Amino acid sequence: METFLGIDYPTLWYLVVGLLFSGYAILEGFDYGAGAWHLFFKKDLSRRIAINAIGPLWDANQVWLIIGGGALFAGFPVMYATMLSAMYIPFMLFLMLLVLRSAAIKFRSAEEMKWWRKTWDVIYFISNILIAFLLGVVLGNILQGFEIGENFSYQGGIFFSFLNPYAIMVGLTTLSIFMTQGAIFLLLKTEGRLHARLTFLLKKGMIFFILSFAFTSFYTLIYLPGVTDNFKANPVFFILPILAFLAVANVPRLVSKKKYAPALVFSSLTMAFLLMLVAFQLYPVLLPSTIDPVHSVTIYNAASSQKSLGIMLTIVLIGAPLLAGYFLFLYKTFHGKVKLDDTSY
Amino acid sequence: METEILARIQFAFTVAFHYIYPPLSIGIGLIMVIMEGLYLKTGNKHYEVLTRFWLKIFAITFGIGVATGIIMEFEFGTNWAVYSRYVGDIFGSALAAEGLFAFGLESAFLGVLIFGWNRVSPKVHFISAIGVFLGSMFSAVWIIVANSWQQTPAGYHIVGEGFNARAEVTDFWAMVFNPSSVDRIIHVWQGAFLAGAFLVLSVHAYYLLKGRYIEISKKAFKIALGVATVISLTQLVSGHSSADGVAENQPAKLAAMEGHYEPSAPADLYLFGWVDNQTQEVTGIKVPGGLSFLVHQDFEEPVTGLNAFPEEDRPSQVNAVFQFYHIMISIGMFLIGLTLYASYLWWKGTLFDKKWLLRIFAFSVLLPQIANQVGWFAAEMGRQPWIVYGHLRTNEGFSQEVSSNQILFSLILFLVVYTLLFLLFMYSLNKKIKQGPYDEAKNALEII
Repeated sequence: METFLGIDYPTLWYLVVGLLFSGYAILEGFDYGAGAWHLFFKKDLSRRIAINAIGPLWDANQVWLIIGGGALFAGFPVMYATMLSAMYIPFMLFLMLLVLRSAAIKFRSAEEMKWWRKTWDVIYFISNILIAFLLGVVLGNILQGFEIGENFSYQGGIFFSFLNPYAIMVGLTTLSIFMTQGAIFLLLKTEGRLHARLTFLLKKGMIFFILSFAFTSFYTLIYLPGVTDNFKANPVFFILPILAFLAVANVPRLVSKKKYAPALVFSSLTMAFLLMLVAFQLYPVLLPSTIDPVHSVTIYNAASSQKSLGIMLTIVLIGAPLLAGYFLFLYKTFHGKVKLDDTSY
Repeated sequence: METEILARIQFAFTVAFHYIYPPLSIGIGLIMVIMEGLYLKTGNKHYEVLTRFWLKIFAITFGIGVATGIIMEFEFGTNWAVYSRYVGDIFGSALAAEGLFAFGLESAFLGVLIFGWNRVSPKVHFISAIGVFLGSMFSAVWIIVANSWQQTPAGYHIVGEGFNARAEVTDFWAMVFNPSSVDRIIHVWQGAFLAGAFLVLSVHAYYLLKGRYIEISKKAFKIALGVATVISLTQLVSGHSSADGVAENQPAKLAAMEGHYEPSAPADLYLFGWVDNQTQEVTGIKVPGGLSFLVHQDFEEPVTGLNAFPEEDRPSQVNAVFQFYHIMISIGMFLIGLTLYASYLWWKGTLFDKKWLLRIFAFSVLLPQIANQVGWFAAEMGRQPWIVYGHLRTNEGFSQEVSSNQILFSLILFLVVYTLLFLLFMYSLNKKIKQGPYDEAKNALEII
């Protein structure tokens, strides 16, 4: 098997996919999170400002989902196909909500009528909450494993089995961390009374996050067998949960000092560490089979050919600096508080 | 069987709906870049007004294109799992490249393009416009490469057997430049330019008929007419080259396009007609030996017909492929005639004198859209029964674990959401057109 820097290609691609989904979670985390607070803002102007805070950014942030999905299809087609077809209903709902959310952002402020704006506000609010929740639900299902038999065939329930208690818990945790992230982001982007209101909301968000996170962690440790195996084998990786904990603890400290930019960095780091934790705990499995571990989807039986992975890694090496450049340019251009003008939503 | 049909209906519906928007935004993007370039070069405020106006329409179109496009990216996995495992190795690199090079470029610059008028200099704004436009062109490249590979696979080998069989890349560049890629990319790009150019022509023809925004509409009309005239003609060249490729690589598809059954006989070219798949007869107006002439430059040379293939290896919906193909060709020919005539009048200096011509242009916006749609239907239905030509059948490619009820559920959701989306699009397009590029009452003196 070919390697680069002593790491085999499937593992490298696992890191690439992990990086892309972490980027997606961090960036769209504050987009979805900001939207999940939407109805907590009472005035029409506040809602407009909140939408325009993510206005020029959300389309670009969404690219991380597109690239992440592409990278999964590209590097681990078996994982992509098995997960999406097994999780058919949640993914279809997720996709449909994404469309509704895009429509809400674009069309909400296009008309003055009260009923029009209120309707879109409700659609926007609900779709953001459900999108965040469904992402967590899918993650929760992956952690528990799927009923995968021979030839990667899914044999589990098809309509509502994705809504099991553990998945719901992970879903709520995801929602809560996105809401925290979103509130901090909005604090960076707003002024005056909306800003004051957000400081209050952020506190609630953090309590929601800490409670659901603690609950989910204990449940995972107690009821999910084998989740600590990889850590016991490589104790040095216990640093990940410690780092995650320190990052979480740092957020309220920075918020209380009104250092919102560093707070956003640390809540982003929290997400990154938690995702690394999950990634490390699963590795090299992508999708555990609950029927028999030999049927699990792993980075080796799901991977594209060595040649293909080699080509894709080259593409990433060329493309990643470009992408970073685009994003630096974009975020630099729209740095600072929201100013509404005639091009705003 | 039911699952397969539902999965196909859903894919056809979602992809056809998606395909209304990206070609439009690529086409508007081109015109917009020309307008903004002219503004920077001449400093003429008219071009700035036009750029800002078309940017608003571009933004809406582009947004719906992205939203419906994400669905396509994941629908391969949800509904075509077997196919996804089969082609993942091939599509993978194309998709990765598309995401990083094309989507990254276009969506990062999109924010600056739409919201950045007051934040960046005119030059940087123009560069952002070019970035978005190029990004949208690139994103067409990779997805057409992937689809072309399904039509004319190259640079691969098949590994494994039965359920575990899959295609793996052996030669990346041979895969990217498979026999049909280049022809089809050019054909798709030009179809997109036409879609955009004709929307611009239509809107400004409407203004001219109403006597509104006359000065700027004349300018915009001329820009779009220039693009439309050139591209209508080059589209004929690219179409011919594309058909030559089909003749060589997918003879069954070519035979279906002209309803040619005889295994090896001179083939006719129909202007229009009706194919009876039972009797294998075509009723219509034809040029005898015309297809033979186009393929071999000889009216007598035989062309492979449908009967040269076993029934299970050739398209079954021959009449549909025939009709879609001929509608596309007829529209293409009509657009050539229309734009050449209008350009002749432009040269004579009487372009805007003929109301009836402007009226045709006002309605012509639908034609490239229809041609783009039916062209794809002909291409995809002509490939049947294969999902990967010669290797994997469509009825083997769908997700076995997804039930027909699940697809029915999602299909109904798509119907509802997309109908809503389409109505919103038409409503806001109409509103932006009615509002016009600027407030006539307030700004008339300042602008004109």
